Amino acid sequence: MIIAERKPLAEIVEMTKPHEKILVLGCHGCVTVCSAGGEREVEMLASLIRLGAKKDGRTVEVQEGTLTRQCDKEYIDSLDKWEGEYDAIVSMACGVGVNFLANLKPSTHVYPGVNTTCFGGSAEQGVWSEQCAGCGNCILHLTGGLCPVARCAKRLMNGPCGGSQGGRCEINPEVDCIWQMIHDRLERVGRKEQMLEVAPIRDWRPAGHGGPRKSTRDDLTV
Amino acid sequence: MSDFIPYIRAFCCHYTSQQTCAEGGDGLKDTGFPENVVLSRVPCTGKLQVSTLLKAFEDGADAVYVVGCPIDSCHNVKGSQRAAKRVGAVKKALFELGIESERIEMFHLERGFHPEFVAVAKQMDERTKKMGPSPFKGESE
Repeated sequence: MIIAERKPLAEIVEMTKPHEKILVLGCHGCVTVCSAGGEREVEMLASLIRLGAKKDGRTVEVQEGTLTRQCDKEYIDSLDKWEGEYDAIVSMACGVGVNFLANLKPSTHVYPGVNTTCFGGSAEQGVWSEQCAGCGNCILHLTGGLCPVARCAKRLMNGPCGGSQGGRCEINPEVDCIWQMIHDRLERVGRKEQMLEVAPIRDWRPAGHGGPRKSTRDDLTV
Repeated sequence: MSDFIPYIRAFCCHYTSQQTCAEGGDGLKDTGFPENVVLSRVPCTGKLQVSTLLKAFEDGADAVYVVGCPIDSCHNVKGSQRAAKRVGAVKKALFELGIESERIEMFHLERGFHPEFVAVAKQMDERTKKMGPSPFKGESE
């Protein structure tokens, strides 16, 4: 899922200061699962915006809503039910949702309520860790299913750097060296010789270095 | 600010307050429990959401506190631990908004009647009187 976390309150209060009617808009997708922008977080942020305004001696009306997704036009269209009740939206969806709102509501002020951090999974309750970089050219079949693009600080493609010590990364002793893990896993499944293959220089265009990416399935378009 | 009587909201679990509240409001008054502390009893403090605590401030509370079971012996195992985490989240939010984080507190108390239940209410009352009215009330109030 896409992982996000709420922006610092001071930042949100500052960006919404010019507005007297605000819609805090959550998303039932990834940000609900990672507890950054679901109904519960919307309720909390709406309350905090009201309190922040009260502290500054301002009055603000804050509406609360949560869409099924903010990355599909059909759900963005359902914003019509709040028509006239807001002059700015604080989106608690990931950056995709904020962009979709901005695309589809060209004259509405739209602000991000969260920082979108990574693609990850739930490591334990309340903890999420990055697992995928969305680089557009998956090589997991060569690395035992473990991603060096997302999980190596240097994005190395041919084994660990000299900073790998005791299975840990030199940037942080609490971080596993993913190349150590790849080695151990390939050995466990009897494919350690794959480590000897030299990966070619990587083409980073599919990772976004060639501009915004687009995916099309002709059989679904009409 | 000596004539300031703070409005304080207290949330406590059924178990920590059961005997203190056994005689009802009058009985509570007789124990010396400050009358300006409004008590809300919940089945377990672990059920309290961050938004419930924030709402108390929105409704005009000058301070809020939660009383739950001791950390290692909660009737519902981890209820009071969860409550403490949520109180911590509100403390952080208050700090971010530039408000004294001491306006909210978590207390872990044994079950049954004991003077600490009244003592923490008095402690919060005294603390809040020193801090003055909640900045969320605005200057006009």
